[in-house]
Amino acid sequence: MSVVPAEVLPGDARAVTETARTGAAELAPRARLWPSLAAVYRAQLSRARVARIPLLFVATFQSVGILIMMRGVVDGGHEAESVVAGSAVLVVAFVALNLLAQYFGQLRASGGLDHYATLPVPPAAVVLGAAGAYASFTVPGTLVTAVFGCVLFGLPLTHLWILAAVIPLAGAALSGLGAAFGLLAPRPELATVLGQLGMSAALLLGVLPPDRMPEAVRLARDLLPSTYGVEAFARTFGARPDWAYVFGDLAVCAGVGVVSLAVATWAYRRAAVR
Amino acid sequence: MRGLTKSYPAVRGRRGTPATPEVRATDGVRLDIRRGEIFGLLGPNGAGKTTLVRQMTGLMRPDAGSVEILGHDIVRHPDRAARILAYLGQESTALDELTVSLAAETTGRLRGLDLRTARRERDAVLDELGLTALAGRPLRKLSGGQRRLACFAAALVGERPLLVLDEPTTGMDPVARRAVWAAVDRRRAERGTTVLLVTHNVIEAETVLDRVAVLDQGRVIACDTPSGLKEQVADEVRVELVWRERAPLDVPEVAALRERAVESGRRWTLRLAPDEARAVVATVTGGAAFAALDDFTLAAPSLEDVYLALGGAARQGLVRA
Repeated sequence: MSVVPAEVLPGDARAVTETARTGAAELAPRARLWPSLAAVYRAQLSRARVARIPLLFVATFQSVGILIMMRGVVDGGHEAESVVAGSAVLVVAFVALNLLAQYFGQLRASGGLDHYATLPVPPAAVVLGAAGAYASFTVPGTLVTAVFGCVLFGLPLTHLWILAAVIPLAGAALSGLGAAFGLLAPRPELATVLGQLGMSAALLLGVLPPDRMPEAVRLARDLLPSTYGVEAFARTFGARPDWAYVFGDLAVCAGVGVVSLAVATWAYRRAAVR
Repeated sequence: MRGLTKSYPAVRGRRGTPATPEVRATDGVRLDIRRGEIFGLLGPNGAGKTTLVRQMTGLMRPDAGSVEILGHDIVRHPDRAARILAYLGQESTALDELTVSLAAETTGRLRGLDLRTARRERDAVLDELGLTALAGRPLRKLSGGQRRLACFAAALVGERPLLVLDEPTTGMDPVARRAVWAAVDRRRAERGTTVLLVTHNVIEAETVLDRVAVLDQGRVIACDTPSGLKEQVADEVRVELVWRERAPLDVPEVAALRERAVESGRRWTLRLAPDEARAVVATVTGGAAFAALDDFTLAAPSLEDVYLALGGAARQGLVRA
């Protein structure tokens, strides 16, 4: 009788006995949702230094420019509140909707999704990590725009803390939409167009005061998720804000955010495995 | 002897884009790859190599057929592929804006490693591949070969028993290539890692592969060790003639050769029996033909000759570098 320790056998023989015993090789663990989400988020955020900062300036200057332009048309009151809130949320729309749609559109077209698709990472981690990072990019621009607008139109800075809720919730709704556009568009050019159109809609329907709009346009305005972020923010400028409405609007943002991110996650799965 | 751990019977083609007629990118491919083997897929562009690899990595569903890796059915459970294999694709867009260090670390984390392990493996792999000096630079600022090496590093973080590498050494200098093959050899020796390599470089195929499948138009036209394949054409010699300006067709022997030559500009490539080759060399190195000759080489057959001898359709698809 001969007893040979397993280590002495050549690799092949050991492999065979192992396979014969268990039937199939052991699978490596999946990456869990939160750690992988954090890893994607961190990686995306680091891209900001390289690629995103110029665009953040563009986003901020665009909104500040609109504020200055509207200063000649609007004197104050409710209209000024809409203009300031609309310009601030426009920064979110520019980055989270437009830029994220472009990013995912290009990633999909160039085959970059293969990288994620061959890692054991939950689709939601990739979509939420990227969406969260893009929503974070909007924070400085949104703050600058809001403070500048308040000073320019003489609005109180008291309730600017509401931005801490407006940015993530409007960001979730718009970045979900942007990611879905980017992942569903058959060509990257189309993703860019959709992102631009979405941002233009947020610009026209969000910044211009709604009272002067025709009925059909107002309906379109109600369908746009960014509107609820604008409304919630605008309401807080009042002397005594109606918090029920503010949180109601934010709840709509949150609801749209959940749905649009779920759609984006589904779109990612669809785009990753063809 | 059940040495086989993976088998891919009849992976059938898939449809091309709607605008173009249906293309059988892979047509009834059947391959068995043994554990611990460096197995190559060799073929010109468009032979179906990448399609085949995408089907194996769960990125693409085959129309028919099955893929089994280490006892797991990848067609039925494409998500399991990511837990068995590491894939280095041809594109780096997902990592381009990250630094080399973060690209490797993030990929490791997305392979399920915790932060500390991911960082430790990242440091080890970057050191092993000589990338430590570049660790803080974004991939898009690197040269093509360096970027490729950084992507290869990312593929190694988070150990997998199977590495699927799609043209890993494209654009790399010899130092980087050596680093890649040393890293592959080390993993095979220490952990029995299996490697599936896609390449259209015949020299690389001959030097690093244990076995190679030659693909042409979606079909496997041969599968053997590189030397085994070369034995199939052992009775042939490759003669390459480079003319100064144009071939001296007024020399009757040269004019007769023209039918058998593959012309590429001023270069003629001929595959001949050894005695024929001697006669050709005698002809072109003497008399009128020699005046028109710029250079000639006589070489033992390579895998490229195997490909052509087996009826490979593409005349110029393979690279010798």
